[in-house]
Amino acid sequence: MTEHEATSSSEARVILSDADIDRALTRISFEILEANKGVENLVILGIPRRGFPIAQRLAEKIAKTDSDFSIERSLGQLDITMYRDDLRSHPSKTLEPTRIPSGGIHGKNVILVDDVLYSGRTIRAALDAINEFGRPSLVRLAVLVDRGHRQLPIRADHVGKNLPTASDETVRVLISEIDGVSDRVEILQGE
Amino acid sequence: MRHLLDTKELTYEQAINILDTADYMAEVGTREVKKLPALRGRTVVNLFFEDSTRTRLSFEAAEKRLSADVINFAAKGSSVSKGESLKDTAQTLAAINADAVVVRHSASGAPQRLAEAGWIDVPVLNAGDGTHAHPTQALLDAMSLRQFKSQITGKPTRGTDLKGMRVAIVGDVLHSRVARSNLWLLNTLGAEVIFVAPPTLLPVGIEDWPCEVYYNFDEALETHLDAVMLLRIQQERMHAAFFPSAEEYSRLWGLTPERFALLDQMDYETAVLHPGPMNRGLEISAVAADSDRSWVLRQVSNGVSVRMAVLYLLMTGGSAEDFYGN
Repeated sequence: MTEHEATSSSEARVILSDADIDRALTRISFEILEANKGVENLVILGIPRRGFPIAQRLAEKIAKTDSDFSIERSLGQLDITMYRDDLRSHPSKTLEPTRIPSGGIHGKNVILVDDVLYSGRTIRAALDAINEFGRPSLVRLAVLVDRGHRQLPIRADHVGKNLPTASDETVRVLISEIDGVSDRVEILQGE
Repeated sequence: MRHLLDTKELTYEQAINILDTADYMAEVGTREVKKLPALRGRTVVNLFFEDSTRTRLSFEAAEKRLSADVINFAAKGSSVSKGESLKDTAQTLAAINADAVVVRHSASGAPQRLAEAGWIDVPVLNAGDGTHAHPTQALLDAMSLRQFKSQITGKPTRGTDLKGMRVAIVGDVLHSRVARSNLWLLNTLGAEVIFVAPPTLLPVGIEDWPCEVYYNFDEALETHLDAVMLLRIQQERMHAAFFPSAEEYSRLWGLTPERFALLDQMDYETAVLHPGPMNRGLEISAVAADSDRSWVLRQVSNGVSVRMAVLYLLMTGGSAEDFYGN
């Protein structure tokens, strides 16, 4: 799980700058097209909050490369809060709306997008959530940062940066649409 | 906040949070699979000491959509003295490991007693008690008013309140827990509440409540109302001569076809709400009930969403204190 709350930004070590993030997303967009052999049946679902703007940017980059790709019909948002396995013990998180593209996800090639891959529990919840909307022909996972420490047998297909971390460190992703500052990924030392 | 007993205790932030969560839940109702796993394996008991159709159905739908196990307990006809029977029932529920209790009771304060007596240590949701409170009804009314406001302003509902809205609540305020719960909640959300009723159907001490009072429906209608909420004339509570006849009540206090036609002449929109079940021809005419202005059916849909939101907020996240940060 990602900690987004600022503890003390003076100790923060910047790992990716906005230019790094942009280059990584450009590469991932090509990887997605390559793995999918084009844009056919492609659906991109971002996991709120920061997964969605990242998904949006990937969709824009794909649309720039291939004009057959319609952002409107292929980009969605998937809230997974209700499917978490720690609902009972953790304070309820702010709920974000789920928007499934008009064509649905049944039989589609779904790319799940999140900012940080950590325990893998968010992705497990997302796979459950996807189930409620249909049966995709396949699901792939794209993340900006993979920080390790998996607790479930889950891996990412497209990774912006592999970032070996200690479990007492916190990875913070800042995205301009949400955080109002220029994009960056930083590591904060444990409290 | 561990329980939902009254809207008077809700802060502005809590109320907005419940409504935002309810908007989220409403979207689930439009899906093909109308179910969320949030309360899987938890047991909710619906404890209805007083007759109810729509509130019970609505709570049951909400509980099932959140995947909770539902036990319905209708205590009709119980002749045991009230305090005693409530205690026994509560201890029975505790023994079967219920995780939340939804309670409706004809005695004001019964849900509070259940919540605070220490008989059972789970969230208690008030589904209507006596003439005291009916918080989920007020929340669904607020959700409907917020949607109505959003239709007019074209802005999304999320995070918004009811500031600047004038809402008239018409009819039997004296016996109405719906009117009381709406008064507190709508005030918290920034709306102005106007009670319209014959003096016999207003409670003593109403001058101390944060509301305007009109004894004449037509005068109230001229004061730019954004919504008119008709209260049901509750035959079961009409134990005295509160008004001369049903015909006279309908003529003076009902939303007659003539009064309803007035709304069309105004240069602003007015929504018509009714908590149900409606007495057509008494407090509301059929033409008003079936019109485009009527929110009655949307109120019912919103009822399920609001109850899902409250159950979710009270039953997940460890202790609700963490969540609300108090």
